[in-house]
Amino acid sequence: MARSRFRSDRGLQLRMGGVSFGLGLLYVAFGAVLIYASGSAIIGFVIVAGMAWGQWYFSDTLALKSMRAKVVEPHQAPELHAMIDRLCALADMPKPRVAVAVTDLPNAFATGRTPNHSAVCVTTGILQRLDADELEGVLAHELAHVANRDVTVMTVASTLGLLAGFITRWGMYLGGRSRDRNGAVGFLIVFVVSIVVYAISFLLTRSLSRYRELSADRSGAYITGRPSQLASALQKISGDMASIPSRDLRDTGAVSAFFFAPALNRDSVTAMFSTHPPLEKRLAQLAQISAELGER
Amino acid sequence: MGFLDAILGRSKPPQADLDVLFQVPQAVLSLEAHGFTFSGSGAVCFRDVEGTADNASVDEAEQLVRLDATATVERSDDDFGFHWLSVTRPGDAPGLCTDLHAVNSGLADAGFSSALLCSTVVMTRPDGGPLGLVYLFKRGTFYPFAPLAGQKRDNAVELQVRGVVANDVPVESDLSRWLALWGAPHLT
Repeated sequence: MARSRFRSDRGLQLRMGGVSFGLGLLYVAFGAVLIYASGSAIIGFVIVAGMAWGQWYFSDTLALKSMRAKVVEPHQAPELHAMIDRLCALADMPKPRVAVAVTDLPNAFATGRTPNHSAVCVTTGILQRLDADELEGVLAHELAHVANRDVTVMTVASTLGLLAGFITRWGMYLGGRSRDRNGAVGFLIVFVVSIVVYAISFLLTRSLSRYRELSADRSGAYITGRPSQLASALQKISGDMASIPSRDLRDTGAVSAFFFAPALNRDSVTAMFSTHPPLEKRLAQLAQISAELGER
Repeated sequence: MGFLDAILGRSKPPQADLDVLFQVPQAVLSLEAHGFTFSGSGAVCFRDVEGTADNASVDEAEQLVRLDATATVERSDDDFGFHWLSVTRPGDAPGLCTDLHAVNSGLADAGFSSALLCSTVVMTRPDGGPLGLVYLFKRGTFYPFAPLAGQKRDNAVELQVRGVVANDVPVESDLSRWLALWGAPHLT
C-alpha cells in the first residue's frame, strides 16, 4: 500500500459534524413547535423552503448575474482555462464554467448546486494582483468548494435561519389578524421561538461556513501541492481588502459567504459573526500542510 | 462521494490507477496497422510539490530507468508548474511502458499519487505530425491528442484514433476531459 500524504483533520471534521448536528436538532425542534402552535405557519414554511430551493437550484446563474460576471470561453481566456483544466484533471472532477467579473475588488467565488452544474468566477481585480501560482492556489480553493458541495450544504444549513427570519419579520402581519385567543397565544410562542431560532442558527451557520473554508483551504492545498502559494495569495488579498473603503464593499455583502476572502472590513465584524476564519488560522493550517508535504 | 463526506467537507484526493498502462503495447500495434508509427518516446507529467521530498523520489525513479543504457531520460518543466520526465526507447513499446510505470509507482509509493497528472506515449501520424496517447491517472482512461501548429488540434485524427484503440485500452468517454497538452515533450 503506497503511503498517502493527504491527512484529514479529525478535529475539524468533528467540530463540523457537531455544528451540523446542532443545526439538525434545531430544525426538528423548530418544526415541532411550528406544527404544534399554528397551522398557518406551514404556508410560510412552504414559501421559504421554495425560495431556498430556487436559490440553490439556480445558484450558479444567480450568483454570476448578481456579480455581473461573464462566462468566458477557452479562446477568450486561454491561460485561465488551461489552469482550471489541469486542476480538474488532478482532482478528477468535471470542469466548471469559468466566469470573469469586471470589478477591481480582488476576489473569487465558486457556486452551483452540484459539481456538474457549477461555475468558478474570478474578478479582474484578482487577476491583476496575483501571479500565476497564487491564482492557481485560489482556483484550487474554489474547486474544493465545488467538490465539497458547499453551496448545497450551506443552503440547507441556512434555510432554517431564513424561515425563522421570515416569521420574525412578517409574522406580525400574518398572526396579528387572528381573532381567537388560542391562535394569538400560539402565534406569540412561534414568534418568540423564531427569534431565538434565528439567532442560534445564524451563529451556527456562520461557524459552519468557517469550517468549510478551512476544509476548502486544505483540499485546495492538496490539489496544487503548494500550500504556500495559497497562503501568499491570502495575505495579498486580505491586505488589499482591509485597505479598500468599506462603503464600496457593502454592495456585495449578500454573496460574501461563498467568497474566497470576505469582502467586509475585518474590524467591523467580530470573529463569531464572520463567514471566514481569521487569516492567522488559515495561514497556520497551510504552513502545517506544507511541512507535511516536505517530509521524507 | 458519500453523504457523510459532504456533511464533513472531506473530499479525499483521488488515487492514481497505474497498471492500465501495460495495455498500451496492444494499442500501439493497432495504431501501427493504421499507418501510425511508434516514436519510441513517452513521458510522465506530474505536479511540482512544495519542498524537496518529491524531487528526491523523482531522482530515484530516474536513476532506476537509467540503469538500462538503451533508454534515454530527459527532464523538462512546462509553463503550468508541472514537471515532465520523458523516456525514449526506440522500437520497444513494452519496455517504455515498464519504464513509465516505474517512474509512476516510484512517485506513488512516496505519497505523491495525487500529484500525477498524466502519462503520454508518442506515435507519429501518417502525415508526420505527433500523436500522443495520453493516460489520465485519476480516470484510468486514455485519450488521443493530435496537436497542430498554432495550438490547434486535429480532431478528425483524434476521433479516428479513438475508434482504433477502443478495443485495446479504456478510452475516456467524456470528451471535455480530453485535456490539451501544449508544450509537452515530443508533442510539438
